[in-house]
Amino acid sequence: MTEVEVRTACALRLGDDGLVLSHRLAEWASRAPELEEDVALTNIALDLLGQARTLLTHAGGLEGRGRDENDLAYLREERDFVNCLLVEQENGDFGSTIARQLLWSTYQLGLLEALTRSTDSTLAAVAAKAVKEVAYHRDHALQWTLRLGDGTEESHRRMQAGLDRMWPFTAELFERDGVTAEAVALGIGPDPDGLRPGWDAAVDAVLTEATLRRPADTWAPTGGRRGLHTERFGHLLAEMQHLHRSHPGARW
Amino acid sequence: MDPTEALEEHFRRTVEGEQRIEPRDWMPDAYRATLVRQIAQHAHSEIIGMQPEGNWITRAPSLRRKAILMAKVQDEAGHGLYLYAAAETLGTSRDQLLDLLHRGRQKYSSIFNYPTLTWADVGAIGWLVDGAAITNQIPLCRCSYGPYARAMTRICKEESFHQRQGFELLHTLSHGTAAQLAMAQDAVNRWWWPSLMMFGPPDAESAHGARSAAWRIKRHSNDELRQRFVDMTVPQSEVLGVSLPDPELRWNAERGHYDFGALDWEEFRAVVRGDGPCNRQRLAHRVAAHEEGAWVREAALAYAEKRRREPAA
Ligand SMILES: [Fe+2]
Ligand SMILES: [Fe+2]
Repeated sequence: MTEVEVRTACALRLGDDGLVLSHRLAEWASRAPELEEDVALTNIALDLLGQARTLLTHAGGLEGRGRDENDLAYLREERDFVNCLLVEQENGDFGSTIARQLLWSTYQLGLLEALTRSTDSTLAAVAAKAVKEVAYHRDHALQWTLRLGDGTEESHRRMQAGLDRMWPFTAELFERDGVTAEAVALGIGPDPDGLRPGWDAAVDAVLTEATLRRPADTWAPTGGRRGLHTERFGHLLAEMQHLHRSHPGARW
Repeated sequence: MDPTEALEEHFRRTVEGEQRIEPRDWMPDAYRATLVRQIAQHAHSEIIGMQPEGNWITRAPSLRRKAILMAKVQDEAGHGLYLYAAAETLGTSRDQLLDLLHRGRQKYSSIFNYPTLTWADVGAIGWLVDGAAITNQIPLCRCSYGPYARAMTRICKEESFHQRQGFELLHTLSHGTAAQLAMAQDAVNRWWWPSLMMFGPPDAESAHGARSAAWRIKRHSNDELRQRFVDMTVPQSEVLGVSLPDPELRWNAERGHYDFGALDWEEFRAVVRGDGPCNRQRLAHRVAAHEEGAWVREAALAYAEKRRREPAA
């Protein structure tokens, strides 16, 4: 891999993560448990979409094939997306969504803090801005994890179920492959191994305070970074891309 | 003068002198009830209005449009929050009002009982529905009740932003491909008459007009506002390059206004009655969101209660 290819891959991975998670969170619009949460979930979705747009534009520029953010979002197939499996998981109930938010935002915050030192100046700039946004996302998820975990019997049961459901998809976040190895060597991105202890400690602390049980590490599905997604992901893309693809070449 | 008469006199002078009534001031019961009903209906409209546009968020055709639409739907939730807070200053909680909405005892604007069938409907709503809402709401920024007037000032700023974004969306479509232009025209054809109905029944049939005017809650009649909206919108339609679906629409130099055709008040009454295309769907969606969120709200209360009982560290 050339250096440009590594930088492109890093931008595309994080860009796809943001694009897909933003889409899932936006599915909550007009469906949240209270108005304040409608506002909060959309806020988070908008932050992630903003990050994704900068990252996809950057990836398209590095790639040098003339693709812009919309070409990358709307005209790639399932097998071309390199987001992790966690962010594409369906929302489920509010407990599942909060579990996904807690696990993802804790990871993303650690990753962004490391990326502020990236040798890719665009990645570093995106990270510096996004750190503040994601610190809020994490705090939002943390507060709700506490309320649901230590709220009522029902909320405890649902929050634990959401956590159990999302947990297996966290293993993939810390996987190493050719891209991460090259990224470390070139100072573009951090070693996933180095992110693990901070994530473990932060997640464990929240779960303990919320009286929740840390699920066992058993099943560890993977493949998102190689374009191997879950079945429901194709449906997400079908919905997202249908209108854009129905009018080839149109401006919106 | 007995004490009540003195209070009434003070209220009347305050209102007629264009001063503001604040939550702690004495006010007639009927004034309070009128405001609660109007603010509640407005708040409900904001949150039900999230549904027709929210319907297109996951299919928005570009990332820029997706971000704009998400921010707009979020603004409407914010408007709902400001307005429920304004109603709360009159002694009626958000929970009470939501309960009345969910049981069909209070209404929201009938415009949201029409479906958003294509992407162009998002633009038509911004241009026409937000446009009509602004026409209705700008005079409310001078409403005699302080908290409502202040909420409306914030809301109107954002609504005019929505209106410009809707216009710009439609302009892009009407200057795009033939299919996009057709989509824009079809949306305008479907939303034009319902938008005119947003101003309510003709003045001759309007129930509470005179009293609300005396109380400085309503400053212009339904028909005046409707005319103002038509006069503002026709020139904009020419810039857009779309036609308005009214063969009788034409400039009347004598009146200095556009003349327009008769509205289908039978359709208006049917939608108000609950027989519009989406009445049942909109209410069922709202009730489902509320009921499915009950366990979350209960958990938040239980958690707060536990923290309160904890001995201070
Ligand atoms: Fe609004
Ligand atoms: Fe609006």
